[in-house]
Amino acid sequence: MKPARKQRLLVVVFIVVIASLVVGLLSYALRENINLFYTPSQVAAGQAPGNTQIRVGGMVVVDSLERASDSLDSSFLVSDGAATLRIHYSGILPDLFAEDEAAVATGTLGDDGVFVAQQVLAKHDEEYTPPEVADAMQQAIDNKAKASTAAKGAYE
Amino acid sequence: MIAELGHFALILSLCLACAQALIPLAGTLSNKSLWIATARPLSCGQFVFVAISFACLVTVFVQDDFSVAYVANNSNSLLPYYYKVSAVWGAHEGSLLLWVLILAGWTLAVAMFSRSLPADMVARVLSVMGMISVGFYLFMLLTSNPFERLLPFPPVDGKDLNPLLQDIGLIIHPPMLYMGYVGFSVAFAFAVAALMAGRMDSAWARWTRPWTNAAWSFLTVGIFLGSWWAYYELGWGGWWFWDPVENASLMPWLAGTALIHSLAASEKRGLFRSWTLLLAILAFSLSLLGTFLVRSGVLTSVHAFATDPTRGVFILAFLGVVIGGSLLLFALRSSTLGATASFNWLSREAGLLLNNVLLVVALAMVLLGTLYPLLADVLGWGKISVGPPYFNFFFVPLGLLLMLAMGVGANLQWKRQGSGKLFSLSKAPLLLSPLLAVLWLLLAGWDVKVTSLLGLTAALWLTLFTLQDVVQKSSHSGGRRAGLARLSKSYWGMVIAHLGIAVLAIGITLTSNYSDQRDVRLVAGERIEVAGYGFVFHSVEQIRGPNYIAQRGRFDVSKATKDGGQGASLKPENKAFTSLWPEKRRYLATGNTMTEADIDGGLFRDLYVALGEPLGDGAWSVRVYVKPYIRWIWLGALMIALGGVIAAFDKRYRKARLNVKQTTNVDSSETSPALALAKKEN
Repeated sequence: MKPARKQRLLVVVFIVVIASLVVGLLSYALRENINLFYTPSQVAAGQAPGNTQIRVGGMVVVDSLERASDSLDSSFLVSDGAATLRIHYSGILPDLFAEDEAAVATGTLGDDGVFVAQQVLAKHDEEYTPPEVADAMQQAIDNKAKASTAAKGAYE
Repeated sequence: MIAELGHFALILSLCLACAQALIPLAGTLSNKSLWIATARPLSCGQFVFVAISFACLVTVFVQDDFSVAYVANNSNSLLPYYYKVSAVWGAHEGSLLLWVLILAGWTLAVAMFSRSLPADMVARVLSVMGMISVGFYLFMLLTSNPFERLLPFPPVDGKDLNPLLQDIGLIIHPPMLYMGYVGFSVAFAFAVAALMAGRMDSAWARWTRPWTNAAWSFLTVGIFLGSWWAYYELGWGGWWFWDPVENASLMPWLAGTALIHSLAASEKRGLFRSWTLLLAILAFSLSLLGTFLVRSGVLTSVHAFATDPTRGVFILAFLGVVIGGSLLLFALRSSTLGATASFNWLSREAGLLLNNVLLVVALAMVLLGTLYPLLADVLGWGKISVGPPYFNFFFVPLGLLLMLAMGVGANLQWKRQGSGKLFSLSKAPLLLSPLLAVLWLLLAGWDVKVTSLLGLTAALWLTLFTLQDVVQKSSHSGGRRAGLARLSKSYWGMVIAHLGIAVLAIGITLTSNYSDQRDVRLVAGERIEVAGYGFVFHSVEQIRGPNYIAQRGRFDVSKATKDGGQGASLKPENKAFTSLWPEKRRYLATGNTMTEADIDGGLFRDLYVALGEPLGDGAWSVRVYVKPYIRWIWLGALMIALGGVIAAFDKRYRKARLNVKQTTNVDSSETSPALALAKKEN
């Protein structure tokens, strides 16, 4: 083999080894660090895993926000139109957090069914709704429609 | 009327861009010099009309013409005039117009400063840039026309600019970022032109290098401004969130950094030529991808805007054409570039290769983390988000490795480095850097942690190696001063940029390890101690701004008493040395609330206070942060950008042009400004 060609081969082998190492590490890290999104309905139906970091979201239910009087603990309900979930959070809620607006929380669902959020995100301009929340709401509406047509079918 | 004029000018720019994309290229294929010569005037004309169009949009904003839908959605009569101007690029349509304006500007710059390049090369480059322009003009005119009217019932007043964007950082952040994104189109166009011509030599690399450096420096400043803005405007006190939109700007930066280094090897040693072309294509493709990610609304992000899905489809199609087309061309033509030369494993070439491998790995990791949620969504694996731990898991070790390699790599010689010499060079940094790192931490009174020790050691290693190299390179028989003056601008650029990386790394390491961040509930009169500073919360009063009403808090800050520990009472000698006035603003037009943090900045620490929300009974939730060395992050970023600019002005690039000039068309060289400059320097 010509030296130049041999060197090129070495470079390629080097890159392939590094790349496969990277792919391996990447998939490992991705598995460990992705946060799946669940709707309140899914949580209510027991589809969300406990004790692992997930995200939930929905519209904040009117008059559901409660604050502790001596700390920054607060809790509120989010709803996708079909089910609600109570979220506990200790910290400063974002500026655009408001009742009857969309919010997405990242945190863990404990064995007792309490969702403790590490982070709460709200929309950041008045027209924008996080796509997850919009989808969740739409899903709930679709399910309702399906349920009602099924009910109608049964009735007829 | 003005809006229609702007619209009309935009259509004319599209026509000129079409001509610019086709005629010069056709000229190079059929060898018609008249057609080739149209490239410059056409790009000039295109710039003039798009500038007119942009001026029209600025005018309707300043005049509060709310019959224009874009103005009505993004401005308000109460908005101060400078925000009215910056509101032009505050949302989708206008930012695209800014994008094409900048693209036309870069095109014009290439047309003006490339007098020394062969005419057919210029024609190809300008043609390719024309094609990109056509894509963007079509995108604007078909899906997002900023001049659309709201007739016959225009609103009385506008909806106002998003309060988050009403800030000095946001006036300059998008233009800088776009200067960088779009600037990579020049390197891209040069690469495509080289593939078309089937010719790529070190002269090509010398033409491309200053343009790439310039674009990369702008991008660096753009990212820096974004980070700085996020720090004080979002009210969270963070400087990087691994938000998909931040990643979208980081990816072209990583590709651009790799490109700059691989260009060095291509210019000096004729190595990695296909790879360099591929990186040039990649850098611009990633810029386009960034635009797509930000503008299509596929991301959940603080930057994502409510958008209409046809736009996403259009950008995706455009992305497909640009990336697919250029990669196809690459696949067909890269083999014509000739065989690669060989290199020694212990040489600067090998160092540059390592740099490229590490940067591309970092890039792949960011790309995967950013696109994975989209991919999962499309494939129905559920709605996923990839959090910061993933990115940190990779970026931190890669960054450390990169810095270690950078220190050594920049000291290696071209062709072949003696291993004995290398060892004697490494001795001082190897011994001193961990020692100085420990000393630094101890003197600052911080716990010595593994993470901070590693970060500091790597940064000091890089610093010591770089400085040692400067000392050696500047040794000269005529004394140190003569030696320093002899060093080239591109060398100084490299030194400053590499030291900038070290400064940045020190900032990141110390801030992320030793920041003290408290979210607390405070009642007026209460005091809190954070990291050696006492913050007294005095009062909240209502004030009125031009287009908002604000609750403004007052915090008096003093040095904490050493002996008392927590809850210690204020000693009389510890008088407040500054007051912070964080605000909670309510914007009148939208009713949006916004946190305006107040920061007492310093080279070695920032004191950061932001108001959360009123909790009743006069209590507020408050963020109180003490962040050591955070300014170093941005100082480092600025040094990096400065290094890029200095290197771009190296004499060598202009001299190279002179040589080409003399060999290609000697007759007209007398009047050339590049020649005059080069003469002056000689």
